[in-house]
Amino acid sequence: MWHAAGMGNAAPVTLVSGDEELLADRAVASVVSSVRAAEPTAEVHDLVGAKVEPGELTRLMSPSLFGDRSVVVVRNAQDLTKDVVTETVKYAAHPSDDVTLVLVHPGGVKGKALVDGVKKAGAQVVTVAKLTKAGERIDFIRNEFRGLGRTIAPAAAHALLDAVGSDLRELAAACSQLAFDTQEKTVGEAAVARYHRGRAEVSGFNVADMAVEGKLAEALEQLRWALSTGVAPVLIVSALAGGLRSLAKVSGAPRNANENQLAGRLGMPPWKIRNARRQLNGWGPEGLSRAIQAVATADEQVKGGGTDAAYALENTIQTIVHSRNGR
Amino acid sequence: MDVFDDLVGQEQAATVLRRAAAAAAEVLAGGRGAGMTHAWLFTGPPGSGRFDAAKAFAAALLCPDQGCGHCDACHQVMIGSHPDLESVRPQGLSYGVKQTRELILRAAGRSTMGRWRVVLFDDADRATEQAANALLKAIEEPPPRTVWLLCAPAPDDMIITIRSRCRVVTLVTPSSQAVAHALVTRDDVAPGVAESVARAAQGDLARARRLALDESARGRREAVLSIPKSLTNVGECIAAAEKLVKTADEDAAAATAELNESEIAELRAIYGEGSTGKGLNKGLVRGGAGALKELETAQKSRATRIKRESLDTALLDLMAFYRDVLAVQFGAPVELANGDRRAELEAAARASRPEETLKRTAAIMRCRERLAANVNPQIAVEALTLALWKPGN
Repeated sequence: MWHAAGMGNAAPVTLVSGDEELLADRAVASVVSSVRAAEPTAEVHDLVGAKVEPGELTRLMSPSLFGDRSVVVVRNAQDLTKDVVTETVKYAAHPSDDVTLVLVHPGGVKGKALVDGVKKAGAQVVTVAKLTKAGERIDFIRNEFRGLGRTIAPAAAHALLDAVGSDLRELAAACSQLAFDTQEKTVGEAAVARYHRGRAEVSGFNVADMAVEGKLAEALEQLRWALSTGVAPVLIVSALAGGLRSLAKVSGAPRNANENQLAGRLGMPPWKIRNARRQLNGWGPEGLSRAIQAVATADEQVKGGGTDAAYALENTIQTIVHSRNGR
Repeated sequence: MDVFDDLVGQEQAATVLRRAAAAAAEVLAGGRGAGMTHAWLFTGPPGSGRFDAAKAFAAALLCPDQGCGHCDACHQVMIGSHPDLESVRPQGLSYGVKQTRELILRAAGRSTMGRWRVVLFDDADRATEQAANALLKAIEEPPPRTVWLLCAPAPDDMIITIRSRCRVVTLVTPSSQAVAHALVTRDDVAPGVAESVARAAQGDLARARRLALDESARGRREAVLSIPKSLTNVGECIAAAEKLVKTADEDAAAATAELNESEIAELRAIYGEGSTGKGLNKGLVRGGAGALKELETAQKSRATRIKRESLDTALLDLMAFYRDVLAVQFGAPVELANGDRRAELEAAARASRPEETLKRTAAIMRCRERLAANVNPQIAVEALTLALWKPGN
């Protein structure tokens, strides 16, 4: 009765829906491995949506004479032609016992008929959406280490995220490498700092915040990181201008006014006003004026007026920081 | 009474052009025609009427009576429908080499009415360097009866190789009396108003006319001139800059929105949208999407240009204000552009020193340069208002 051993836990038809590639790959791999756990010789057919001919799926999914198991994986299922979609939906309503079908769909409108069809037919749906929040990525890192039988300190997870960036594939690779390289049960900040240094993603806003808060060294460091990871100089200039502009606007407003009341008048959200009020510490009108002039010069220089955009930016940041205490 | 009478305050240029028109008639009659040539460059400050002068000359060439001003030919030139007149006015930021090559091809045709074939190229300084180079050969040796009339603010705006191939007609800034007179006689503007707007426009006829006839233009000028007084702290400077840039944006949007839509609808119709019948589909035919994209790029360029010009007008008004302040400070016996704001000028003159006024005008010029160099308008204008507030920095 080996047949009755079943197909592991995998449903006969699985729809992996979402645009996070790594998670989609993992979902496919888990289905394949659960089938293999029950039947080590199961055959895996890995197909690409655009290349599936009509009839091909029917051939692959029809029961085998010898009762062999097989897994059919269709990647980029949004590219399946209309005929194949009809064929697949029809199959999903009456799936064969010997075959496990996995459809990978990136979400979106294309190929919606397939998604709706197989969902209606009762396919198991695995959703793999892109992680957008930093907190979700931290959870992802924690789960990675848990999967490897280790744990990671919260500060270390943050440091790792800063250093590697938000690409999950890179994060996963960094996690497994770290787990391999270190001995302790809990990976600490020191271990992360030993292998990873710097920041993968610095936006112009980080640079601007450091500059208006008068942190020269940090601002210059962030600027270099930003430039070396390909942030356009123009964006950094506009972030600097934006930062100084909010300071200037808030500096002209009455000090005791409520942020929510000011929001409408200044055309800024309340949190930004609060932020600007905090940053205004140490700024005088003359200094602000000088700093904004410097930014205008920088914009001119990064748009072809100067020869070296990086120099123009560094020079501007220095001027901004030095203008800070010039009341 | 001829076409050149309509030029305001350009007696000297009119004499040269009348003589050339007579020489041109002589050429047609088989004579030598000394004084006529095949390429002309009309230069002069904004509002001096470069395009009008060139158009008048075109009429004089195409009219059997050397520009009588009332025959069919003259009339057709004035409304731009004469078959031998090829009139070009770049709408966008620049005029490309592709368009120029097409223009050269059109210019090479024979004249249909047996006189001249005239190419009237306004804002020729907007031709890119490549485009200007493409023009060289055509301008140097055009077909026997083709005449090129280029217009640009100053000879230096054209590359030297073009300049050396053209005869330059220099127009001067008309006096404010001449501008006021033109407004009174042609546009029925009341003499008092005409004089004040003529002074305010400083010899720019087109601007004076807009100020006299368009109330919103006058309102905008008032708003711009109230800026110097309003700059009392950093926050106000930033707010003033924001308002200036926003007004320019709105100008561009107002001027282009309707035009853009009708142009797009027209192009879609050309590419067969909404057509019915056998063998036609509802969508655009091949090439339609590309053409649409090209049109959108051109429209965007036009919007940027309008926005820059609107800002530039505001900057020139400010410039005139500080020029007047300087004149008051030095007690110079010149006509004030903002004579109607005498009290304000005097207050500003007392509150600052001439050095500061000069620094302020320098900041305005700097801002204009920055805008031309594609600096973000808001950043450039913020730097300007701050410099106007405290010119010391």
